[in-house]
Amino acid sequence: MKKGKHTYFLNNNVYISSAYSLAGPYESKGAFREYFDTIMEDDEWKCKSHEMTEIEMQRFTIGECLDRASISPNDCDLILGGDLLNQIVPTSFSARDFNTPFMGLYNACATFGEAMAIGSSLVDGDFERIICCTSSHYATAERQYRYPLELGTQPTPESQWTVTGCGAILLSKKETIAPVIKGFTVGEVIDFGLSDANNMGGAMAPATAKTIVRHFLDTGRSPDYYDMIITGDLGRFGRETLHYLCKKEGYDLDNLNDCGSMIYSEKQKAGQGGSGAGCCSLVFTSYIYKNLLKGNLKRVLFVPTGAMLSKDSALQGESIPGIAHAIIIESKV
Amino acid sequence: MEDKEYQEYIHSHAQKSNELLTIVWAFCVGGIICCIGQGITDLYSYLLKDWDEDKIASLTSMTLIFLGGFLTAIGVYDKIGAKAGGGSIVPITGFANSVVSPAMEFNKEGIVLGMMAKMFIIAGPIIVTGTVASVVFGIIYRIIEVAG
Repeated sequence: MKKGKHTYFLNNNVYISSAYSLAGPYESKGAFREYFDTIMEDDEWKCKSHEMTEIEMQRFTIGECLDRASISPNDCDLILGGDLLNQIVPTSFSARDFNTPFMGLYNACATFGEAMAIGSSLVDGDFERIICCTSSHYATAERQYRYPLELGTQPTPESQWTVTGCGAILLSKKETIAPVIKGFTVGEVIDFGLSDANNMGGAMAPATAKTIVRHFLDTGRSPDYYDMIITGDLGRFGRETLHYLCKKEGYDLDNLNDCGSMIYSEKQKAGQGGSGAGCCSLVFTSYIYKNLLKGNLKRVLFVPTGAMLSKDSALQGESIPGIAHAIIIESKV
Repeated sequence: MEDKEYQEYIHSHAQKSNELLTIVWAFCVGGIICCIGQGITDLYSYLLKDWDEDKIASLTSMTLIFLGGFLTAIGVYDKIGAKAGGGSIVPITGFANSVVSPAMEFNKEGIVLGMMAKMFIIAGPIIVTGTVASVVFGIIYRIIEVAG
């Protein structure tokens, strides 16, 4: 059911009946260690290249997510997922190991939100079970967007650290005590002309503010309706900027959090925090999902954020457009 | 909010690099690398008494390039670079790092189209600038010579 301009409420409950998180070694030293299902002992994970590692990460996480719900890949109707690499190789290649229909998505680091919005709509229709999965890997992202790993460059104060991690959820019609996706607000691509590829939090904040404000206007809700409003990978600076932008629009977000700002500890030198398509999916499937299951969080507005740049677009002088989708998730406990 | 207004907000609120700290680090690490280079020169001059200065200088450069490459290969040079910035980029060890690091990174795409083709993606501009500059200054030098 459409409400307002860009917000849709689902007609039926769509349950997140299973979730699985796989974290890299650096992430396991961060704030959410005890929430991760599996921790990789090293960045390679016995693969020949980091790209192959990311394929294996997706394959493993999807497999474990299905196992946890006792579902065979044949009984799953669709895998929806994406990652940051060109031609979304990790997601597409991992899907060849399952006899399951597959659709690849790309919304940069907001892909998990995109997958949740599309997946929940399809399950609200005729699909029974859908896997949503996104991943990122520090080494593959560095190579694609920046420099070789061993090059002695100096990070800027605004830069973020790409999360090595993968998170998968199973969306299902079957009624359980699992958290429910109630609806979502679809975001627009917003570009305020920032072109510093090292300050992606600043580039994404306006798109995130627009989606969040749109969500409140469409639903008539106020920020305190939610226990937590949690964005994807704005980083500490991006989060502060978002807070400022929303306050200007008349919404004071006291319960605002950011997966990227939270994932690493203060001691880890990760700049403004984590980023990447695996950042929000990893935090969602670990910290957020487990707290929703326990009932510590009742109502969450989950807002994955993405910066839509490529290395070539940045070199050609293009600015960085941002996007964010807001997903309404409620606990059944 | 207008684009320009937002850009100004970001510009004034974004955290800036601590310039003094960056400069001190670059100065110290760059200086240490140069001191090591001088030490190597002195050592070679002492050991190889019948070698002339030019040969000793070439031998020193070769040793530093090897050290830069070696430290890159064992994963140490990028950690030095993260702190030192320009201090470890400008000396000849930094040049070695800029060639060895892509060679390692793209080795997985094969020897020819991976490592060999992409070895100079960072150092390429430096080599081009050096070559063009030597041609330009060579011509100027020749003109001055003829005119003089």
